[in-house]
Amino acid sequence: MARIAAFLALMLMAGPAAADDISPDRAVRLEHLVLQDCGSCHGLTRKGGLGSPLTREALGGADPHAIAGIILDGLPGTAMPPWRPLLTETEALWIANYLLEEPAK
Amino acid sequence: MTLIAPLSRRVVVGLAATAMLALAAAPVRAETPCCATGDLGLIVERATGSLVVVDQSERAAIGRIEGLGDLSHASLVYSPDERYAFVFGRDGGLTKVDILAQTVVKRVVQAGNSIGGAISDDGRLVAVSNYEPGGVRVFDTDTLDMVADIPTGSKTVGLVDAPGRRFVFSLWDAGETWIADLSGPMPKITKLTGIGTNPYDGLITGDGRTYIAGLFGEDGLVRIDLWAEEPEPRRILPHYGRGREKLPVYKMPHLEGWALAGDQFVLPAVGQHEVLWMDARDFREVARTPTHGQPVFAMARPGGRQVWVNFAHPLNDTIQVIDSQSHEIVHELKPGPAVLHMEFTARGTEVWVSVRDADRVDVYDAATFEKLGEIAAKSPSGIFFTARAHKIGL
Ligand code: HEC
Repeated sequence: MARIAAFLALMLMAGPAAADDISPDRAVRLEHLVLQDCGSCHGLTRKGGLGSPLTREALGGADPHAIAGIILDGLPGTAMPPWRPLLTETEALWIANYLLEEPAK
Repeated sequence: MTLIAPLSRRVVVGLAATAMLALAAAPVRAETPCCATGDLGLIVERATGSLVVVDQSERAAIGRIEGLGDLSHASLVYSPDERYAFVFGRDGGLTKVDILAQTVVKRVVQAGNSIGGAISDDGRLVAVSNYEPGGVRVFDTDTLDMVADIPTGSKTVGLVDAPGRRFVFSLWDAGETWIADLSGPMPKITKLTGIGTNPYDGLITGDGRTYIAGLFGEDGLVRIDLWAEEPEPRRILPHYGRGREKLPVYKMPHLEGWALAGDQFVLPAVGQHEVLWMDARDFREVARTPTHGQPVFAMARPGGRQVWVNFAHPLNDTIQVIDSQSHEIVHELKPGPAVLHMEFTARGTEVWVSVRDADRVDVYDAATFEKLGEIAAKSPSGIFFTARAHKIGL
């Protein structure tokens, strides 16, 4: 959580990205990515594994831009990889909002 | 239909055999099962918490066992008689299933979050390694009653069985390897500290002698000679990254007891798109093969002539086959989206490949690479043939 707070400061200048630019098609594929490929470290149910839990409760209302920042740049020195080579900022923000809103399955 | 046919044919054959036995006035037990399990296997369906029971000779599914909880990152081991499997689920579930009856025999949820398990050499104990609470718990294979609790205070990975009713495992957070000896009335724990930063998985060789842990936080691996009077960690393949920048790792590689190819080990690099070849006697690097992506599994075909490698997201639609003598890639396959696991038949004639996002397991001829068949399975991950029952470390 401390990390997320620290990230906030950085992200303030980034400005809001519109997550609704994601097509329904792309949204389906992003959800699949979260469940399956984030899931290989964070668990299919997002309850954690090698990576920390990513449930709504665990993220506790963190700023979506801060979460998107972690997704894009990873957490250096840990096993959390940077997804910037594979995801756009809009997509990362969509995932962040998904994690914050969608109950774990 | 294929679900039923092979089994019922067996029943008929079995009945005929039983009838002959009866004629010969041998004692017949009515409950004698119709078939043996030697060419059966289980495929994990990770999203639905189920297992498909497969018949290798028929290349077909013969049933499904359901109700196993969260099977993302699940693995399993077999009882010595190859009838029961012990399945380790992500949600801490430990489930004993009967392959012949295709039922769940017993299920306990023994922790909050687990990562794998092992069965003791005598088949009496099954051990589970847990992330939460970090440690290893050991259960009686008959009853699934807990017989030992070994908290480590760390996410615990790389759990394998070693000869003499021992288990070996590593501590992700603490950088240690522990050897737990359960041959006496109380577990005896030997702790090896300072093995390296963030061990992510471990393997033991088929002779039960060498434990190898892969390190995520450092360039290199560590080996432990379990035959030594006082086992110590020794660094192997140090600095294999040679100062190059680490590429992102979107899925942790796995180490399994299939790493020995003849007189060399083949091991996935971490953060480099390479597999590393190491002399099995002096543990020196002999070669490296650049690969398509971050290797996840590098599995030697039984006999060791070739090694099949799959890759991490997003390059996980591909398998490369590497010749263990020339270290060259001799074949590349694109089975489909998200190739998660490969399993060889016991003598290495076929390899079965799970293609998660195609909901399919493909069967290939390991020598000609010809596709021999497919089996439908929902979001399949691990494939486990019963021959594993008789291998140390599997
Ligand atoms: C290879 C393993 C791995 C994969 C794949 C992975 N993560 Fe992570 N992630 C981690 C680890 C480990 C941590 C915890 C790092 C630490 O704090 O030590 C983490 C932390 C995080 C955090 C910070 C959580 C917090 O409370 O601080 C977020 C958010 C996150 N991951 C999102 C994702 C998303 C989204 C994906 C998929 C696009 C993903 N991760 C894929 C390993 C992974």
